[in-house]
Amino acid sequence: HQSSTGREERRFAEVPRESIKLMAESTGVELSEEVAALLAEDVCYRLREATQNSSQFMRHAKRRKLSVEDFNRALRWSNTETVCGYGAQDALPFRPLKEGELFFVEDREINLVELALATNIPKGCAETMVRVHVSYLDGKGNLEPQGTVPTAVQSLSEDLLKYYQQITRAILGEDPHLMKVALIDLQSNSKIAALLPYFVYVISGVKSVSHDLDQLNRLLHMVKSLVQNPYLYLGSYVRSLVSSVMYCILEPLAASINPLNDHWTLRDYAALLLSHIFWTHGDLVSGLYHQILLSLQKVLSDPVRPLCSHYGAVVGLHALGWKAVERVLYPHLPAYWANLQAVLDDYSVSNAQVKADGHKVYGAILVAVERLLKMKALSLTLAAEGSSAGLPGTTTGAVGFRENSPGLSPPPEPLSEPPLGIASHLQAGGAGCQWEEWTPVSLPAMYCELYSFFGDSLAVRFSTDPPLGGAPPPGPCQPLEGRKEPASSAPNLENTRKMPQLTASMNISPRQDGSPRMEPQPPSLAATVPGRSLSRSSSSSSVSRSRSSSSRPGRSTSQSRDIFPKSRFPLPQAGPPAFSFIIGGRQMGRRCLGRRFQTSFTPTPPLTTLPPRAYAHKLPVIGRVSKPVRRWTCSHYSLHLPL
Amino acid sequence: MAAVQDGQMELDAEKETKPEILSDGTSNLSGNTASGTLSSSPLTAAPAGGAPKMEDQQTLIAVLQFLKRNKLTDSVEILRREAGLGEDQEDSQATDGSGGGKGDVDGGDANSLLSRVSITSAAAPQSMCDSPLMFMLSAAGADDQPDVSVVLSAYSQQGDPSLYQVYYSGLKNFIESVLDCHRAELSQLFYPLFVHMYLELVYNNHENEAKAFFEKFSGDQECYYQDDLRVLCGLTKKEHLKGNEVLLDFRTSRFVLRISRDSYQLLKRHLQERHNNQIWNIIQEHLYIDIFDGMPRSKSQIDSMSGSLAGEGKREVNKAKVFHGLLKEPEIEVPLDDEDDEAENEEGKPKKKKTKKDSLGSKSKKQDPNAPQQNRIPLPELKDSDKLDKIMYMKESTKRIRLGPENLPSICFYTFLNAYQGLTAVDFTDDSSLLAGGFADSTVRVWSVTPKKLRKVKSAADLNMIDKESDDVLERIMDEKTASESKILYGHSGPVYGVSFSPDRNYLLSSSEDGTVRLWSLLTFTCLVGYKGHNYPVWDTQFSPFGYYFVSGGHDRVARLWATDHYQPLRIFAGHLADVTCTRFHPNSNYVATGSTDRTIRLWDVLNGNCVRIFTGHKGPIHSLAFSPNGKFLASGSTDGRVLLWDIGHGLMIGELKGHTDTIYSLKFSRDGEILASGSMDNTVRLWNSMKAFDEVETDDFTATTGHIHLPDNSQELLLGTYHSKSTPVTHLHFTRRNLLLAAGAYNSQ
Repeated sequence: HQSSTGREERRFAEVPRESIKLMAESTGVELSEEVAALLAEDVCYRLREATQNSSQFMRHAKRRKLSVEDFNRALRWSNTETVCGYGAQDALPFRPLKEGELFFVEDREINLVELALATNIPKGCAETMVRVHVSYLDGKGNLEPQGTVPTAVQSLSEDLLKYYQQITRAILGEDPHLMKVALIDLQSNSKIAALLPYFVYVISGVKSVSHDLDQLNRLLHMVKSLVQNPYLYLGSYVRSLVSSVMYCILEPLAASINPLNDHWTLRDYAALLLSHIFWTHGDLVSGLYHQILLSLQKVLSDPVRPLCSHYGAVVGLHALGWKAVERVLYPHLPAYWANLQAVLDDYSVSNAQVKADGHKVYGAILVAVERLLKMKALSLTLAAEGSSAGLPGTTTGAVGFRENSPGLSPPPEPLSEPPLGIASHLQAGGAGCQWEEWTPVSLPAMYCELYSFFGDSLAVRFSTDPPLGGAPPPGPCQPLEGRKEPASSAPNLENTRKMPQLTASMNISPRQDGSPRMEPQPPSLAATVPGRSLSRSSSSSSVSRSRSSSSRPGRSTSQSRDIFPKSRFPLPQAGPPAFSFIIGGRQMGRRCLGRRFQTSFTPTPPLTTLPPRAYAHKLPVIGRVSKPVRRWTCSHYSLHLPL
Repeated sequence: MAAVQDGQMELDAEKETKPEILSDGTSNLSGNTASGTLSSSPLTAAPAGGAPKMEDQQTLIAVLQFLKRNKLTDSVEILRREAGLGEDQEDSQATDGSGGGKGDVDGGDANSLLSRVSITSAAAPQSMCDSPLMFMLSAAGADDQPDVSVVLSAYSQQGDPSLYQVYYSGLKNFIESVLDCHRAELSQLFYPLFVHMYLELVYNNHENEAKAFFEKFSGDQECYYQDDLRVLCGLTKKEHLKGNEVLLDFRTSRFVLRISRDSYQLLKRHLQERHNNQIWNIIQEHLYIDIFDGMPRSKSQIDSMSGSLAGEGKREVNKAKVFHGLLKEPEIEVPLDDEDDEAENEEGKPKKKKTKKDSLGSKSKKQDPNAPQQNRIPLPELKDSDKLDKIMYMKESTKRIRLGPENLPSICFYTFLNAYQGLTAVDFTDDSSLLAGGFADSTVRVWSVTPKKLRKVKSAADLNMIDKESDDVLERIMDEKTASESKILYGHSGPVYGVSFSPDRNYLLSSSEDGTVRLWSLLTFTCLVGYKGHNYPVWDTQFSPFGYYFVSGGHDRVARLWATDHYQPLRIFAGHLADVTCTRFHPNSNYVATGSTDRTIRLWDVLNGNCVRIFTGHKGPIHSLAFSPNGKFLASGSTDGRVLLWDIGHGLMIGELKGHTDTIYSLKFSRDGEILASGSMDNTVRLWNSMKAFDEVETDDFTATTGHIHLPDNSQELLLGTYHSKSTPVTHLHFTRRNLLLAAGAYNSQ
């Protein structure tokens, strides 16, 4: 009944007098032109007034859209009858009639009987509820994309569900081609965030298929694809993935009972994958690095575990980088060596299989150690270059290098952080972890000790591999080497018989010490020449002292194996304090009994650790320090938010 | 829509309620002295503040006259006794009051000029008083004439309608030709003159001239008057003038202009030279020119203060002393809780006493020089549970995150889903444990946002069975069977526009379109009281920070102060020219701030009901207010998307925060006041560096005497962050005790 037309005055809709007359006629009143005009104007004004008044109801209802309800309220408050029948939420179509200027609202007839007897009763509207979401954390947007978790919580859409089924079927199925396609898609699909928990769950099924190498392999590939998918934010799922991968690395899988199964390759692959996850997503979970190291160390130090587990631990450490090897494997080696040696020395037929396994482990250790030495040498040369040549202390250089080392070892997190027991692997191994109080060991000392284990096989590896080991530092190191040493590679080649790789770095330290240049220690590490090397290296060359494995046979190890003595640094002699090599060595020597090095762990560079820690610090706003990510996800599921 | 004075028909209906309103008014206006009507009220405990002023006395006399005329002799007697007025005094004053009342009030320079004005009806001079109540009285004083015509009769002295355009454009030309420094000030005249001239034309039935006048000059007006102009534009008939609210505001109040003496002299000279009486009359009758000595203000200075329905606040209004300091924290013996206790015991007993002292010390010792007397407003005694809560609060505040520009709060968004019925109001309890939503379908819903479910108290029969001596009696009275995450409160018959939790979390207030404020018990989840009085939609309500009192404001243009145990209001704060849209208690509970559709903010003294501050500057209805935690500052947000900051002590605007693109429905200061959060219809939360905003002003030398501020345009520097929600307007903001920011709003699927 409010038909209106726009006139030249666009400001307001106006009711023409013709409409008024029509309305009047419909109720049987005849209106004169004059009265109609007056009425029209008045109606127009009243409508305007009511509209203006209704707007405040809209404003107070905090809406942008004026509703029929608002208008009716305004009418009611001005003692006017309300307009009924226009309360529908949907817009009403407003139609013009072609002939004649008539406009009307389309109002279809509804068959009430049909409606009443209809079987499809309309569903009631959903319950009003409140959901909470951490929108911004410390002023930053929620790291968890707003879409991921809620969608995961909601029932999955049909399509996603289908996708999930297809993918899992393809990956775990027989067809290798199909699997490849599925993996590639998994790696590049940007819309599967909601499925992530499901995939992670599938992957956590590794434990149930430990007898099936093939399936394990496929699951690992799935992990790889997920990790490589740039659209996925793994968040706390990293833990779960790591735990599954660790399972493949470390566990004495059912599949490894059969020697024909090549579970070694699986472990190698899993180790690679672990390092990949770690380097790419390690920042997502604090303390991950340490937890991994802890569990690897635990396995390594557990003599009861089968050799394949040890193998896994070694390759795992190897994959995590030379720092990990240096910190965990190297200190463990003497103790472990005893066990390994026993296995290797047993030539009985029944032991053949175990011995073969032992050789595998031996090989893995050798590879790891080799890389350790090479990288350490490289780091030392770099460090030496960094520190001014005149300074005698190499340690500063060494330490400096570690500080600057570009992400070779991630910032060690505070160890007070409680281990999050997600997987048994990740449980902290023992209270006093050696590597926690780990002291850097000088390269020469290390080499010497390692040489005592591997003998020529170590040297051979270097000798056979001169370009790699001999000239590890390309570019920047070259000039330095050239200056200090005629040529790093040349002497290496010459000294192939004599720990060639080591000479490069050994040469540096004594020289900087300002001591007379010593012959590099001969590789003749046979227990026959203890005194000689000692006497030769006199005051400065702690190296020789420390590596004097001659003393070792004399000592007894906890394993009561004479060949593997525990104390490698038997001479707590006073030396010039300037050489931290020596100091380190001596301290180790003093404490060697428990192999608990008292020397405090070099303070880690605070800068690198700051971002994650500062972040964690602010978290108590919401709840706990330790489990931020999980908390958020929880917050989506329920209204309850720890405040 | 009907307002208080809404034409003949409403007037009749109104009459019936008048006595009631009047008695309210009495308590309001004579708050200092009257104790009879308020004898039950706790407020009377307050000391009487000296003799009533001249103005108050006149008011009293006017009230007495009205009562007499309506044969309410008893009331007359009581009032006279209470006020201590003699009968003769009243009479002598009465004549004086009606005749030369205007001169008394205006005083000063304008007096001589005013004497030139021909005498209007007795009612007109009084209409300049701020309160509609006074207006009503005066209207009734004029022999029960329809009030509109009384006021409008001022328009009856018309000149030649065809000359109005000439007059106006003459003035316009003059103003445009004066020196720049005066032009800005005199330009303020345009809008009120335009409006009144237009109304005069309409009143005298010169419809066509009025339309032409409007067409020609409406474009010149400042853009922030657009809303009013739109209303005005529709008015072309004398009959329409009667019921129009905006018009009512123009009639009942004088448009206040602040002009320097130089500019004013210039204008006066011009008008006298030209014998332009038409304009001069309007200036005399409908405008109030607040003349000050000193430099004329610049355009930006004027613009920042103007925009309200009735011009700027008069300067003297903001001169009253406001005790904006905080009350002393009550001394609470802080028993250390169990955890601490154990920890202490391990280390040894002696330390325990020490900490006890410390926790009390810091805050309570210092008494804020600006704080009101502790008992200025009688406050409820602290219950044991309140003390416990205070202790909890202190503990929590030690864990509070210190916010700053470098350390912004985290924001949690509480999204109301499936709120088809329309979410209209939200409130959190101070400890952030409960959340209440008011809905357009008349329901109030309460949610628990902690794992603790909401439970009702057992029925009376079951309660009898309980061992009342047991330690956990408070636990036992709860009925586990009723535990649920949310409860729905039914009772209102219109959209719920305001909800507020009591500080002790036992009660909830809700105000609704049905004209009532309801008090709900959160123990039984039933309605306890319906407070009737507003008779029109109640837009907002809030509990006092100490409980017991609450304030409400609504479409009837007044804010009312209530006590939960009184079914009638204790105070009526009348003065706004349009709806009171939001109401907030000062942290010390001695003052109430109200924001209105008339685009002003008023601060009222709870003790005596006086308006102690008028803040103008907003260009749209004000929908949110927030006091800073230290009580010194006030922030206000309006439909124009701007947040303005006010210094309460000096009565000055001290900041303008631009950035929002839609109505600001929520403002909140962080617990320490460093950050101001604003939530808006534009689906954003913005954080502002309020510390910086306040500091910068404090370093300036205050021109408090003139009140002329120059605001730096530094919104962008003060804006610390803008945070978007996907499609959820921000209806409410709340800082937890640890400074986590909670936002709430209903998801809007369109």
